[in-house]
Amino acid sequence: MSAAQAGLAPILSIRPAVGTRLMAGPSPTGGFEHIDDHQRRLGGRPAGGAWLLDVLGQAGLRGRGGAWFPTARKWSAVAQHSDGHAVVVVNGSEGEPLSAKDRVLLTLRPHLVLDGAVLAAETLRADDIVIYLSRAATTTERTVQQALKERARAGLPEPPIRIEKCAHRYIAGESSAVINRVSGGLAKPRFTLGRSAEKGVNDQPTLVQNAETIAHVALIARYGTEWYRRLGTDSCPGTGLMTLRGNVKRPGVYEVDLGATVGGVLEATGGTVTPPGGALLGGYFGTWLAPHSLRDLPLDADRLRKEFKASFGCGVLAVLPDGGCAIVESTRILSYLAAETAGQCGPCVNGLAALSETMERIAASQPEAGDYERVLRWMDMVKGRGACHHPDGAVGQLASALTVFKDHLNTHLSGIRCRGTQVQGFPRPPAPGDGWK
Amino acid sequence: MSGEENQRRLRVNPTLCTGFGYCAEIVPELISLDDWGYPIVDQSPIESDSLNQHSKRAVAACPRLALLLEEMPKTAR
Repeated sequence: MSAAQAGLAPILSIRPAVGTRLMAGPSPTGGFEHIDDHQRRLGGRPAGGAWLLDVLGQAGLRGRGGAWFPTARKWSAVAQHSDGHAVVVVNGSEGEPLSAKDRVLLTLRPHLVLDGAVLAAETLRADDIVIYLSRAATTTERTVQQALKERARAGLPEPPIRIEKCAHRYIAGESSAVINRVSGGLAKPRFTLGRSAEKGVNDQPTLVQNAETIAHVALIARYGTEWYRRLGTDSCPGTGLMTLRGNVKRPGVYEVDLGATVGGVLEATGGTVTPPGGALLGGYFGTWLAPHSLRDLPLDADRLRKEFKASFGCGVLAVLPDGGCAIVESTRILSYLAAETAGQCGPCVNGLAALSETMERIAASQPEAGDYERVLRWMDMVKGRGACHHPDGAVGQLASALTVFKDHLNTHLSGIRCRGTQVQGFPRPPAPGDGWK
Repeated sequence: MSGEENQRRLRVNPTLCTGFGYCAEIVPELISLDDWGYPIVDQSPIESDSLNQHSKRAVAACPRLALLLEEMPKTAR
């Protein structure tokens, strides 16, 4: 493993479970699917165009970077402003430490993602296609480079596709940070009153779309709306990639039916090692959930939001071991996120630092008087006050842990030692990243 | 909403703001400071003429040019 790759968790075993669309085809052990096999298996792709906006709308595809925004609406906004010089950025940077899905997808099925990128460019009349990758993902980059060579050799009629790299950092994949970086700047978010659909990369209309979302487009364009809707729910049709971690027997990236439940996914993938002590769904900007709620928990983004105040986010499910402590793990994540601030916005820099310092005392069961009240006050204070959603995501994650594990929180606040600090099996946050280019 | 004039609201660019805090002295009705001295801005439409005037002064007084008046997005029809 190269030094650059060291910042990444190892790519875990890949066992497509509940659905196999993106991950259909040859076994992962044989490396990535080459262009000949890809075209033989799936057939050529249709040409993009305005028709695809309608199809994506009817298919109900939603963005898999974490926000689950309707893809057709995002594309329409760019199409509206495009005069033939728009930019399509496929976001494969995946700075979320718990997630491996985009990296796995790009490393095994690069042509699916590249097909989707070209379809987006044709539909949005874009003349610049960028694959945005983390510097740490060296294997992924090599695969994409090889795939691009294969396409050039096959003489596929498509605009040039280039790779842009960013520092391996949590926030480098935030869409305004992506635009900054691809425009030649740092991978830091920016404040703007405008919209990237109108003025993005070098002030051109820009689509920034998660790699998995783009790959789904390549299949929907071939097989259509009805096929796509055969899996999933009405509001979240299709399949999704999930990264399972922590207290599970077979951690890895799985493709799941979005109509499934968390319990169903866990069962289909071998279950947990010890009884779950809870789980974090959706990554470091996600939601902590109580153990009893896991079995029937839907993956559907709308139901999660309305009924459980939760989000499927980027598809991470990290299960807490029996006896593990969500207050402790949540604090570790908060401290990592505080260190991963871009350092641009006062409320984020100061607020997350103050919150993590105070939470570290609470997690260690050594609170000072007024610590918990200060945490509540500061969580409310920093919300919505950054140029990006970094403070909101960090605070949301913490707030869910404090709410869902309120009883156990009282143990910490009473100064009773928590044995959860010693429990292994929940992934620890990595060291903060380095540099912003 | 059917106002003749465009409604405006205060916004702060948090990447420029370094917490001088003049704005909160000039329009305390709309801007308070957080525990670290950074402005918490009421982003609802500015209703009165006098608040509009004070807001303009606050915008002009910011040494970092971090405070701005934003035309409110038109409500969707």
